[in-house]
Amino acid sequence: MSALDQMYQDVILDHSKRRIGEGLAAPDESPLEGETAAGCHHEYNPTCGDEILVRVGVDGDRISSLSWQGDGCSISMAAASVLSEMAPGTDLGTLRIQIEEFREMLRSRGNHEPDEELLGDAVAFVGVSRFVARVKCAALAWVATEAALTKALAESA
Amino acid sequence: MHSDSSPDRPAPVVVPSVVPAPGEPAGVLDDEQARELAARFPVLRRTVGDKPLVYLDSGATSQRPEAVLSAEQTFLTQSYAAVHRGAHTLAVEATDAFEDARRTVAQFVGAEEREVVWTSNATEAINLVTYAMSNATAGSNGAGPDSRRFALAPGDEILVTESEHHANLVPWQELCARTGATLRWVPVDDDGLLRMDTLDDLVGERTKVIAFTHVSNVTGAVNNVAAFVAAAKRVGALTVLDACQSVPHLPVDFHALDVDFAAFSGHKMLGPTGIGVLYGRGELLDSLPTFLTGGSMITSVTMERSEYLPAPTRFEAGTQRISQAVALAAAVRFLTDVGMDKVAAWEAHLGQRLAVGVSQLPGVRLVGPRPGQERVGLASVSVEGVHSHDVGQLLDVAGVAVRVGHHCAQPLHRRLGLTATTRASTYLYNTTDDVDRFLEELSGVRRYFRVDD
Repeated sequence: MSALDQMYQDVILDHSKRRIGEGLAAPDESPLEGETAAGCHHEYNPTCGDEILVRVGVDGDRISSLSWQGDGCSISMAAASVLSEMAPGTDLGTLRIQIEEFREMLRSRGNHEPDEELLGDAVAFVGVSRFVARVKCAALAWVATEAALTKALAESA
Repeated sequence: MHSDSSPDRPAPVVVPSVVPAPGEPAGVLDDEQARELAARFPVLRRTVGDKPLVYLDSGATSQRPEAVLSAEQTFLTQSYAAVHRGAHTLAVEATDAFEDARRTVAQFVGAEEREVVWTSNATEAINLVTYAMSNATAGSNGAGPDSRRFALAPGDEILVTESEHHANLVPWQELCARTGATLRWVPVDDDGLLRMDTLDDLVGERTKVIAFTHVSNVTGAVNNVAAFVAAAKRVGALTVLDACQSVPHLPVDFHALDVDFAAFSGHKMLGPTGIGVLYGRGELLDSLPTFLTGGSMITSVTMERSEYLPAPTRFEAGTQRISQAVALAAAVRFLTDVGMDKVAAWEAHLGQRLAVGVSQLPGVRLVGPRPGQERVGLASVSVEGVHSHDVGQLLDVAGVAVRVGHHCAQPLHRRLGLTATTRASTYLYNTTDDVDRFLEELSGVRRYFRVDD
């Protein structure tokens, strides 16, 4: 498999079209029914124009929902979709560890064996790490989610 | 233009034979000559991965021939010194080389030496004009009695176009914010071409400046400079031409175009980065207030106030880009030796080949002039269902270097309903094979990303 095919794996191309989580569950940070808190965060990459607005709903110590609105390349959209599939039901501590592992993998330039059990489908993004210019694309939704989560917890504190 | 033809396999790319540019003699440069020119650019010999490089990003920055690289090195190894100061041999030689460079560049664009101001880049050149106008408005020390014509007041209008590069838009927005002037713009149509039919209504007694690009860096369209100049003259407005995409690719004579100011950059015309040019009509430059101030641009300085040199030196504060100017002159000589008529005709041919070729691909939308209409060697496309970064990635793996994104023209992209496009832009070293390689790779993009699955 070429480096290109390793980046554009089936899982990624598939998610770039399915776009799980697309469409905000609510327009703001007011908690919906079944949520104890919610947070929103917008990330924009001015060099390429990719952008995403992520909304994270929290129920106690678990993620209850993750939804987003965005525009960007297949990598950035697929990364948002994969995370949206993984996150609901995940406890907050685990999500933070997953995000850290995902970031570690992307920064590795291909020299990090990702924890498949921890990342699930998101290990497919390991191929992106060889394309330094695309690391930010993959990270966009995950960084936004981390920030949205921080806001949600600050709101509820 | 969207096509609905069979989604499963890319249509074969049919490209036209040589299309002579309108008004140009045919057969001026050909593939063999372009290949000979390319051989003089060391970087063009390299590979990307295991693929030969096809460089189609000259609209962003051009590559440099050996002659330009060696001219800079020769200067640095033999004559480099500070210019316009010192009396030693090197200082004299360096000053001569620096001013010879100004003469060479001035002649290349139909200007006088005193009308060529060195700047760091075209962006700085445009900012020089906008800040000088602020300074005229504020009545700064550098604003002489003749500088009132550059002053702006609330209610005055600055006219730009919706297709400008941010470098010819943001400085005018900022000037409006500083002076209370109002920004207006010529809109574009659905293809991204200027709605010149709106010009007469947009230009009025309050219009003080008309700033517009000669050649769009997104659509490749060559704008009607004469129409803008005529409209400006009717109301006494100043014209500021963004010539970044025209000076490198077309024969340009600023006196003939009759614009008041123009900006272009060295690195897009086979020269180095870090140097650009502001052209200003002689009598205007002498009455334009200063921008950057300090050493080199003064006549006498007391603790209370200072007096300034005439143009162009009054705009060249601090140590100048000396070796860059020398190298830019070498680039100009290279272009002159080839002949700008030939360059323009060849690139018009390559531009048509691009336009025709992409228009035949299903799901590929060409922005700007239709095939057969005038364009430079540049084409921006949107591939339906595939983001331009993914397009660019696929092309890069094939060795084809193109620009992806908004090309510093967000308003134009927004108007076209796009966030990003993929742009191929040529120069004198590109061949029809280069264009065909691009078209071939582009034709496989939608299949790779399974757009129609």
